[in-house]
Formats: sequence, C-alpha cells, structure tokens
Amino acid sequence: MIVFPRQRRGVADPLPASNYLRASELTPWICAAGAYFAFPEYLALGGQILIMVLFALSLDLVLGYAGIVTLGHAAFFGTGAYVAGILAVHGWSEPLSALLAAAAAAGLLGVITGAIVLRTSGLTLLMVTLVVTQLLQEGANKLGWLTGGADGLQGIVIAPLLGAFRFDLFGRTAYLYSLAILFLAWVVARLIVHSPFGRSLIGIRENATRMQAIGSPVFQRRLRIYAISAALAGIAGALLTQTTQFVALQVLSFELSGTVLVMLILGGVGRLYGAFIGAPLYMIAQDQLARDDPVYWLFWIGLLLVLVVMFARGGILGIVDRLWTGTGR
Amino acid sequence: MLWLRLSRPMDAALSALVSIAFHGLAYAMVLYLISVGLSVTMGLMGFINLAHGVFAMAGGYVAVSLMNRAGVPLVAALAIACAVVAAASMVLERALYARLYGAAELDQVLFTIGLVFMAGAAAKFIWGPLPLPVRLPDYLRGQIEIAGRLFPTYRSVLIVSGAAIVTTLWLAIERTRFGAQIRATVDNRRMAQSLGINTALLFTCAFAVGSGLAALGGALGADILAIDPTYAQEHLVFFLIIVSVGGLGSIRGPFVAALVIGIADTACKYLIPEFGAFFIYAATLAILLWRPQGLFGRTA
Repeated sequence: MIVFPRQRRGVADPLPASNYLRASELTPWICAAGAYFAFPEYLALGGQILIMVLFALSLDLVLGYAGIVTLGHAAFFGTGAYVAGILAVHGWSEPLSALLAAAAAAGLLGVITGAIVLRTSGLTLLMVTLVVTQLLQEGANKLGWLTGGADGLQGIVIAPLLGAFRFDLFGRTAYLYSLAILFLAWVVARLIVHSPFGRSLIGIRENATRMQAIGSPVFQRRLRIYAISAALAGIAGALLTQTTQFVALQVLSFELSGTVLVMLILGGVGRLYGAFIGAPLYMIAQDQLARDDPVYWLFWIGLLLVLVVMFARGGILGIVDRLWTGTGR
Repeated sequence: MLWLRLSRPMDAALSALVSIAFHGLAYAMVLYLISVGLSVTMGLMGFINLAHGVFAMAGGYVAVSLMNRAGVPLVAALAIACAVVAAASMVLERALYARLYGAAELDQVLFTIGLVFMAGAAAKFIWGPLPLPVRLPDYLRGQIEIAGRLFPTYRSVLIVSGAAIVTTLWLAIERTRFGAQIRATVDNRRMAQSLGINTALLFTCAFAVGSGLAALGGALGADILAIDPTYAQEHLVFFLIIVSVGGLGSIRGPFVAALVIGIADTACKYLIPEFGAFFIYAATLAILLWRPQGLFGRTA
C-alpha cells in the first residue's frame, strides 16, 4: 500500500493517510448493532435508514471523491429496485442472486450513461444526468405491463434468505440483511477510496487537466467509479424492493436524487462517513417531524441546505473536524 | 377559398394540426418568458440557478391572488406581480446569490435546491396545497373566430402579448446601451469590466429583469402551468431543458428551443399520449450529445 505524506498547509487531510482502520470508524457499526436490540419496534425504519446510507455512500464515491455533480443518481437506485422487483414477480425469488443481478444491471447502465455523461461538464452534465433519470421514470411509468406503472410493482415474493431466514413482519431479517450488505459495501468503498485508484480520483476532482498531463487516464477512471457507484446504488435499490416487497415509481424520481444529495451534504461530502451521519439524521428527523407537519419539514430542510452552503461547507463532519482542530489537536 | 372545399378527413387532420400549432405556440410563449431570464443570468454569471421557477411561481401567486381576492384588473395585477418579484429577486441576489458567484457548482446547486424547498413550503403555508384557480375577466373568456376557425380568446391574447414582450426584449438587447453591455459581458466578462462596465450592477439588473419576466410568464401562463406549491420543482426540468438546449447566455436560442419543445410536447400529448414526455427527454438527450453547448451556445 502506498503511503502518502500528510498535507502540510495546516489543514488536516480529510482522509487518514494510511490504510489502517481507526477505532472511530467502527462507531457506525456498533450503533447499528445496538439499535437492533434497543429499538425493536423501529426496525422497519432502521432497515430503510441502512438502505439510504448505502445509497448516499454510493453517491459519495462519485460526488465526493470523483467530483461529478449529478442530479440523477436515482436512475441507478430505481433500476436496481425494478430489476429485483421484476425478477421476483417472475419467479426469481432468491434474494442474493437477485441482488447481484440488480447490481449488474445498474452497473451496466452506469457504464452506458457514464460514457455519455462524463463527456460533458457543468450544466450540460447536470442536465444529462437529470434527463436520463426522467427518461427512465417516464419509461417505467408507461411500461405498465412490466413495471406496474404509476400503481407500483406489486406481487413481489422473496424467498427466505440463504434458504433459512424468512423476511418477518417486524423487519428483523430485513434489518440484519441490509446491515450485512451495507457492511460489505463499506468495505469495498473504503478499499477503493484508500487505493491508488481512489487517490487518483481525488486528484482528478481537484485538477483534471493536471492529472491528464501526468498520465492519468481521466475519462476511464471517472467512468470506472461511476459504474461502481451505479452498481452500489442498484444494490441499495434492490434491497429496498426485497425488504418492502414493493416498488413505487418514486424510486426513479428527481426528488429521490435530491433527497440523497441532501442527506450526503448534511453529513459531509467526500468523507466516506457523511452518509452514515446524514442519512440517519434526515430519516429520523423526517419520521419525527414530517409526521406532524410535512409542510414545515421541507422548509427547514431548505433552510438547512442554504445555511450549510453559506456557513458550513463540509456538513456535520466538517463542523466536527473544525471543532476538533480548533481545540488544539 | 380552398380550405373550405377540403374533404372531411383532411379537414379534421388540418384542424388537429392548427390546434397543435396554436396550443403549442401558447405553451412555448410561456416557457420562453420564464426561461429567457434563466438563460441570461446563467450565461452572465455562470451560476447554476435551479430556483428560477420560484420567481415564475411567485409571479403566478401574486397576480392570481390580486385578481381573485382584491379584484385588481388583469393588466394591473400582471404589472404589480412583475414589479414585486423583480424587486424581491434583487434583494435576494444582493443578499445571497452574489456570495456564491464563482463558488463550486455543487454549492450553487444545493443553495438553489434549498431555495426551491423553502419557497414550495412557504407557498403551501400561505396558499394551501391545491392549485390556484384562475378567474379570467369576462372579455377574455370564450372563443374568437380567426380565419373561420374558433380559438380560445385568452390563449390568443397570450400569444400576441407574448410575442410583443419578446420583440421588446430583443429590441432592448440589440438596440439599447444596457443590452449592449449585457451582450459584452456574456461574451467576455473581464474585457467588459476593464472597459468600465459595472458588471456587479449589471448582474443585479439582469437578474431582476429575468425574474420579472419569469413572474410575467408564470402569471400569464397560470392556466397552462397550474400554480401550485410544487411548481418550481415540477417544471424545473423543462426550464432547464430549454436553457441548455437553446444555449447558455443566448436570447434567441431559448426561443427556438421553447418553440420546438412547446409544440413537440403538445403534439406528443395530443397524438401519442401513451408515450407522455418520453420523446422530449430523448430529443433533449440527443441534442445535448450532438451539441453539448446547446443549439445556439458558443463553443467553450
């Protein structure tokens, strides 16, 4: 493993320079395992939180590390969700292989659309990601015979996990299943981020022209991370299908792309752990606040976004970082 | 006259064509009025503004409430809505937008999405979740006869007044000093600055004019694009499509794009409703792949 020197200009490197696991990196897993025992009545929500964490994590790879500002990440989430759902409706009820199929489909879509998206930049890039998602949603809406259209895809039956664990009514299996998959995805994401490939992505984000000049194949690397991220998002979508046994048209919506972006930003972008903070905070706050008053909810989210951009770039983890360095570490 | 003697099926087809062209044109006018300001401000400042629809929504709300509740006549309501929104947008630009010129794309995207959320929630709080019904004055209801065919009066007026506004705008951009300064700044901001053009002031003015036009578009088009709290979010994609297909910073590009999209969308909904907006998105994708800078955008 290549070890890079720490940055010198007094700014803490956002990533640990070495690949050693720090103890604090295990906190999310301890919390997630603890939540399983502490809040047995909230496991259904917990499972969805884990899925959104995975989705936000996949977005962090393209947005935070490769610096690709996309408004259409729901395209991959939705593709994964629909692939898993359609397979299950047609008798492919084994969950793990369906998860792989969903990942492959979303990854393939990532390669195809990435080849288009990554040739553009700025507003055009934003528009292309947006339009691809709209196109898919419109397609899913109109292909009612396959996708259930606006009514959603119903009649999904999922076989017991590994042939032994049924998906129960309380969401226990769903929670642990999502947790296990999220853990595997985190291991993969962490390996990628700390690999030379991951480091070169940061270089591309900071200065693509210079990376090109020193011989880094910029387009290929961006395409590769785009496809990997798409596959992870597809897995998240498939997990949602399998654990809720329903697919709504909203999995391909602009709103979902926006929501996951907001979650990631609130947590902190480009830090691998922003997803683990932003998604649970957003989902729990939404569960508690939006139930009473969904109108105010969006207002506060909007205000929070404006404030984060104006005063706290880097999100919650950024604030924590600044407090940490401010207290003389 | 020839068209009177056409056979029935042909006349029906002609009717459909005329109808599509008419409603498409009305739709295109609204889309253009709303989007042109977005094109200019994005071209001038390179600012990715996803919240432009908010100004159109605000214009619609203000004008329709003035008409429905206070009984203000249509033209006065339009003028007030335009002025109020332009003034408010100036404050917003000075207080918030100006801080983010030159900031990272992501920050601009997030900031403007935040504004969209807040505006939607505020609109829902003040006016409720349902679309605002438009009560037109009597002289604009009903239909008028043009060349032997009947057309809805209001939409005919909409097309004519839209065309008048567009012509004024083009003349203003081409013939006035302010217009020349805008063109110069879009072309080369640094050069314009060194020639003594106060670009910060120009940005604010252009922003206000663009927002005022959007308010006008939102208010005039309230019976085509219904005014409800999700307005800014729901129609955002279409406004962005028009700007990016037309070309950033261009005045005429968005007009062509609005015409193409307005008429094509109307035709698709009329002729092949089972596909919905599918073809619009596919066409946008194709155009952006062919010319990433838009039809009338300059190559970077």
